[in-house]
Amino acid sequence: MDLPDARVPLLSRVQPLREWVTTFGALSWSGFRRYMSYRQATIAGSFTNIVFGFLRCYVLLAVAAGAAGQQAAGYDARQLVSYVWVGQGLFAVILLWGWTELAERIRTGEVTADLLRPVHPVTSYLAADLGRALHALIFRFLPPLAAGALFFDLYVPQRWFTVPLFAVSIVLATVASFLLRFLVNASAYWLHDARGPMTFWTLSSGVLVGLYFPLRFLPDWLTVVLYVATPFPGLMQTPADVLVERDPVPLQWGLVGLQLIWVFLLLGLARLVQHRAQRRLVAQGG
Amino acid sequence: MADTNPYVALARAQWRSVFSYRTSFVVDLVSNILSSALDVLTVLVLFRATRTVGGFTLPEGLLVVSLSSLSFALADFVVGNVDHLKTYVRNGTLDAVLVRPLRALPQLLLMDLPIRKALRLLVGLGALIVALNLNDIPWDTSRVVLVVTAPAAGAVLFGAIFVISASTAFWWIDSGEVGSAFTYGGRDFTSYPVPVYSGWFRALFAYALGFGFVAYQPAVTLLGRADPLGLPAWAGFLSPLLALLMTGVAALVWRAGIKHYRSTGS
Repeated sequence: MDLPDARVPLLSRVQPLREWVTTFGALSWSGFRRYMSYRQATIAGSFTNIVFGFLRCYVLLAVAAGAAGQQAAGYDARQLVSYVWVGQGLFAVILLWGWTELAERIRTGEVTADLLRPVHPVTSYLAADLGRALHALIFRFLPPLAAGALFFDLYVPQRWFTVPLFAVSIVLATVASFLLRFLVNASAYWLHDARGPMTFWTLSSGVLVGLYFPLRFLPDWLTVVLYVATPFPGLMQTPADVLVERDPVPLQWGLVGLQLIWVFLLLGLARLVQHRAQRRLVAQGG
Repeated sequence: MADTNPYVALARAQWRSVFSYRTSFVVDLVSNILSSALDVLTVLVLFRATRTVGGFTLPEGLLVVSLSSLSFALADFVVGNVDHLKTYVRNGTLDAVLVRPLRALPQLLLMDLPIRKALRLLVGLGALIVALNLNDIPWDTSRVVLVVTAPAAGAVLFGAIFVISASTAFWWIDSGEVGSAFTYGGRDFTSYPVPVYSGWFRALFAYALGFGFVAYQPAVTLLGRADPLGLPAWAGFLSPLLALLMTGVAALVWRAGIKHYRSTGS
């Protein structure tokens, strides 16, 4: 007498990579759709980005006009114009400010639901954030760039590989920005309320990524320290510099390489922090 | 204590709530000072790359940014809280404000007393004193009057812009950041000499919205130099008049907004 066969017949072979990609894609798509529903906020945000684009553009043009050889910190007028408008668009894509979702979920205890899911929290939040970034790339990056092209003279890239390299640089910038925001939010695991770290993040990130002025305006030694010792320039300064071809070819590629190194370091750190946090997490309430 | 003025009571309650979260208060305080210092620092960094911006030297530029910074800090301290109106409208919290037998605007302002923003005033004032010392100003009575009235009038103008921007939430709940294009955008605009900007954008921000008269025109008059854009020296004294006008507009918009308000209900 043979025992009945208890194996479940499989329709297809187990394909871990394929499943992972499908899950990641579905999470990203949900992030994209979520932002599709915030239409008014998208319009309002673009409008504000464009107004600030005008302000920063005129100021930097005045700086270039007053500088020797019409060049300020190695940028000519057109490069500065592109720097400003690309920066205004990127600012929304990398979403520097205003993401407090994880900190809120930790504070309320809802984060326990995330931990029950079969996807690593860093992965699932990253997937959703990339979906959001894709939405921003279409609806928040293009309007300021169009406004800049309409009212000013933009710099047109001369090297054939600049635009693809810029695309890679944007992805790395978005991932790095997400990981840093994740770390700031995750401080709520220890502090319960992440308002303090959040405040310092908002304050320091704006200037350190090059939103207020290109970091190259700073003394050389300080610029080098910021690039090598902190991930911040990789969030906005590097993608913008890549597109306006601020540096010779080797440095242009090297800066993207530096972004890649920082993404790996931050990814490791985020996973480590999440691992430590899970060990000490005590969900509040019942 | 039954006779206490209700506004004083509200302010006192806020004061106590602020000081019961000390660490949070210190963090807010430090970050506020830093963010004010950052505005001035940005100007210094830009002047590293060039000797003149829009035809103005570093000390002259510093005078413009310090007048702007002080005006804005003053306005932000007194009425900056009105920025939270969109949250109150969305959550329906505004109902609680409207049913009380007190006026809505003062209540909203006192709902969150920004003591943390007070030190920004000191940063602005410090920068102004340094700038006044760095420039060779031909002092006379009218200039002394101007250096006192300009920041005050600028603050009133910024305050009116704050109220008008916040009022958009009565009609457009998701207005989000649109208001900050004019409040913080106005601060950024006034931080630099007006000749920096050009075209319709300059016409709109400097003259139609009046931001040119907050810091730039008073600075030009204080310095005793001719305005490259051709406005006469007395243009520096126009800001109180303009502030009054803007306050009138703000009052009208605010009243229309309160009338238009329909609670979100729940």
